[in-house]
Amino acid sequence: MVPQGYVCTKTHEWARLDAASGIVTVGITDYAVEQLGDIVYLELPAAGKAIQQEKVFGVIESVKAAVELYAPLDGQVVESNKAIADQLDVLAADPYNAGWMLKVKPAGANSLSGLMSPQEYQAYLESDEAKKH
Amino acid sequence: MPFIANTDAQKADMLAQIGLTEAGLFADIPPELHCGALNLPEGMPEQKIRRHMAKLADRNATGLMSFLGGGFYDHFIPAAVDAIVSRSEFYTAYTPYQPEASQGTLQAIYEFQTAICRLTGMEVANASLYDGGTALYEAMMMSLRITGRRKVLIDQTVNPIYRTMIRSYSSNLGVEIMELPFRNGKADREQIARCLDDQTAAIMVQNPNFFGCIDDYTDVGEMAHQRGALLVVSTYPISLGLLKTPGAMGADIVTGEGQSLGMRVCFGGPYLGYMSTLMRHVRQMPGRIVGRTVDGQGRQGFVLTLQAREQHIRREKATSNICTNEGLCALTALAYLSVMGKEGLRQLAQVCADRAFYLQQRLLKLPGVSLRYPGNWYFNEFVIDLPERADAVICRLLERGISAGFPLARYYENMEKSLLVAVTEKRTKDELDFLVHCLEVSL
Amino acid sequence: MKVIFEKSVPGRRGLDVVDSEVPVQADFPAALLRDQPAGMPELSELDVVRHFTELSQRNVGVDGAFYPLGSCTMKYNPKAAEQVAHYPGFSYLHPLLPQLPKGETLVQGALEVLYETERLLSEICGMAAFTLQPLAGAHGELTGAMIMAAYHRDRGSKHKKRMLIPDSAHGTNPASAAIAGFAVQTIPSDHDGYLDVDALGKALGDDVAGLMLTCPNTLGLFEPRVAEVCRMLHQVDGLVYCDGANLNALLGVCRPGDIGFDVMHVNLHKTFATPHGGGGPGAGPVGVAEKLVPFLPVSVVRKRQDGSFYLDYDCPKSIGYIAPFYGNFGVILRAYAYIRMLGRDGLPRVAQNAVLNANYVREKLRPFYDLPYGQLCKHEVVLSASRQAAVGVRALDIAKALIDRGMHPPTMYFPMIVPEALMIEPTETESRETLDAFIGYMKEIAELAKTDPEAVRRCPTSTPVGRLDETRAARQPDLAMR
Repeated sequence: MVPQGYVCTKTHEWARLDAASGIVTVGITDYAVEQLGDIVYLELPAAGKAIQQEKVFGVIESVKAAVELYAPLDGQVVESNKAIADQLDVLAADPYNAGWMLKVKPAGANSLSGLMSPQEYQAYLESDEAKKH
Repeated sequence: MPFIANTDAQKADMLAQIGLTEAGLFADIPPELHCGALNLPEGMPEQKIRRHMAKLADRNATGLMSFLGGGFYDHFIPAAVDAIVSRSEFYTAYTPYQPEASQGTLQAIYEFQTAICRLTGMEVANASLYDGGTALYEAMMMSLRITGRRKVLIDQTVNPIYRTMIRSYSSNLGVEIMELPFRNGKADREQIARCLDDQTAAIMVQNPNFFGCIDDYTDVGEMAHQRGALLVVSTYPISLGLLKTPGAMGADIVTGEGQSLGMRVCFGGPYLGYMSTLMRHVRQMPGRIVGRTVDGQGRQGFVLTLQAREQHIRREKATSNICTNEGLCALTALAYLSVMGKEGLRQLAQVCADRAFYLQQRLLKLPGVSLRYPGNWYFNEFVIDLPERADAVICRLLERGISAGFPLARYYENMEKSLLVAVTEKRTKDELDFLVHCLEVSL
Repeated sequence: MKVIFEKSVPGRRGLDVVDSEVPVQADFPAALLRDQPAGMPELSELDVVRHFTELSQRNVGVDGAFYPLGSCTMKYNPKAAEQVAHYPGFSYLHPLLPQLPKGETLVQGALEVLYETERLLSEICGMAAFTLQPLAGAHGELTGAMIMAAYHRDRGSKHKKRMLIPDSAHGTNPASAAIAGFAVQTIPSDHDGYLDVDALGKALGDDVAGLMLTCPNTLGLFEPRVAEVCRMLHQVDGLVYCDGANLNALLGVCRPGDIGFDVMHVNLHKTFATPHGGGGPGAGPVGVAEKLVPFLPVSVVRKRQDGSFYLDYDCPKSIGYIAPFYGNFGVILRAYAYIRMLGRDGLPRVAQNAVLNANYVREKLRPFYDLPYGQLCKHEVVLSASRQAAVGVRALDIAKALIDRGMHPPTMYFPMIVPEALMIEPTETESRETLDAFIGYMKEIAELAKTDPEAVRRCPTSTPVGRLDETRAARQPDLAMR
């Protein structure tokens, strides 16, 4: 279950705004991690790179699958989690904290509006629509 | 003879058991789409087909004393190589989807990858591609993915057949391909410097090049890297028994035609494309890759790996559409390199070069014969200019049972008198002398 | 088992190389030479032969075991076809000979094989002409897609950029279309496992270049509305590509050209019995309807009035060279010999027996496995191990249990639209006794899944290695010995 304070995309990325700093942290949901199985590779953009909502920002691979990661918001990457590339098990163990992927400086205000709350995401996962993503 | 085991009685019983009739097996195909009897010849028993094929084989001129190369060479093949690849556990298997039942194929591919890395001086190789031409095309595509650029330079001393193939493949892809003219038979550094820019993904060269000239592309690699472009080198594997490796020249991707590693020329195929690169580019490499790992008990084993690059997972976003490799050809190359061994491969390369050098020296003594590109080092192939059209000379020598070489006018302008002559270890000194003699009396 | 490089003994030799015999030496400057000899194994001939014999014993091929790998048509490869391909009159023929002056006279036998194979395939498939150049099935798909692109370009239809492909298609289809410059759009399958014709209708438009359809489809089903689908595409000036991977089901019964397909590839290593070689070499000749003939690759083999053959390089609308020469000639030879051995009457018997064997397996396994699409199938049947997966035994486990019983498993997890898919293609060359043994094992494994699922999950135990750690292989790639 996605913790409170996080919002999610239909493509299973999460985002969390830190009100103090204004920085948004991005990762993928436990559901996404479970669907992928054993993750073997992660490719993230370097700091400084601009990302665009609903556009690809990275790639994640398991033994049997490859999935593109879609940005939950417009903004600029201020940090990407280099450490997890060498310890991919963190993604399964702690997807919402240690398994974070990007810290992003949003391009504008209300950059996360339109994303799903944990409850809405849960309902979405139980719907037919989720199977398409 | 359709090689069917079941008797009519068995088939009738099987049909009865599943409640179908013979016609019922195709009841799902609308009647108007059934084709009726095909207009084909009657079948042949084995004895007849073998005779028929032997007659066809007899109508091909394979008894020629051949100096024809052009990227495809008639090298000696040790009997052990044929014996190894004739094992049907290898040749009647398929892609090793079930690793526990395919360790033979998988380990052989891992060993092949190792052999190619060592031969080319690179860090990682794939399980092989179709041929040297498609391998070079795949290297070009790989360079586009790595650099995110859309322009490539290709030297005109790269095999013209490969260049033609690359042009065909690129016709729908919006890639700018610039072919660079050469100078005295070798890549023209000034041209390269002029054409390399910040949009260039790669410069593609060949060693030895199509004219047999040996080059050291270290400086070309430096020029490319300064502009953020890659150096792609197409190679002739036998020459690598002796010559500086592309890895030592700073190449980013190496490809080549593996036919000369134990495969017969066989009228164009099956051949073997190989590709090697640096570890940091492995995820952009096309084709199957085998990796070493362990099972639950810690025993060493081999699996297909990094599959997320491939079409069966990525579909239209895959690095390539290639599905299989040339498994049996890769096995052949590995068996060949294993029998030849470290010292054997070096010696063989030296023998080919020595005999070619001898032939070159003798031919140059004939009146009116000159080296087209003097001052270069050649491996086992070189270009001479004849006092008359090469076509005419080739025709006359064919009448004496000699295939003297390849007429370069076929692919290059103003080279009507130029002949590309190749020598392998199969051409004895007597045969080299005989060619010189026949040419002498024919000119 | 050690890697061959680990068996190396410094100084040991496998072969004596001939002396140079010549009085001069090519004395290359050191700058052009490698620092040290390439690190190839140093072994005796026996060492090498024994190494590869041992490797071969760790492999399963059609000659050794039932190999019902769906969509791969692992039929028996007749030894006569193997032998004729090794005739020196073919194998020592240099591919550049025809490019010499009057060179075609040196290769008449080879050109006849190419010409006749091209005619035979055209007749079998109902196409106007074939090219034998594509070096594999996926290479054929790419060639076909390039021909489709060239056709539209020739007609000035630059807007035709969309290629439609069913969700059940093999991954090479979308990959090939993308490389030929098309944007791929996926069309869903309907509840019966057929292409959703309504969805196709909605997807059609003026910018559609074509549709790539596998026939019979990857579920082993013959699309009942396939002729209508072809007409729908033709109405928007689209072309219809037939992935002929499953042609074995149709030999001598039904021809893709008659159905309305414009372009197709066949896999000689599947339908026409050439060996799969542990993953190649194969061959993927491409056939086309009349309107696409001008776009075929160069060169084209033609026959003169006097019965002699020549290569035509004057093909102005051609897509160009896609292979260095004339295709995988060694593979073409085997396929040609196979077709000539079977002849007019043999080919339809292949399809009949392939289809009978698949349906026999389907009906016999119906009580034990789910059949998401249980209707009459063609050359292969797709089961689902969902029932077994519910008790913790997945398709993968069933596959491994079959290995322990001496059989190669079916294709797993394909097509992707079937959960826990096991795709079984027995082929026509397998006997009823073999099928019954397979059915017996499948039944036994299904029972075991209920009573002792752990015993299935432990498989295989009879192989040189157990299940391998693929995660480790991908996370810490060891792809070559240092």
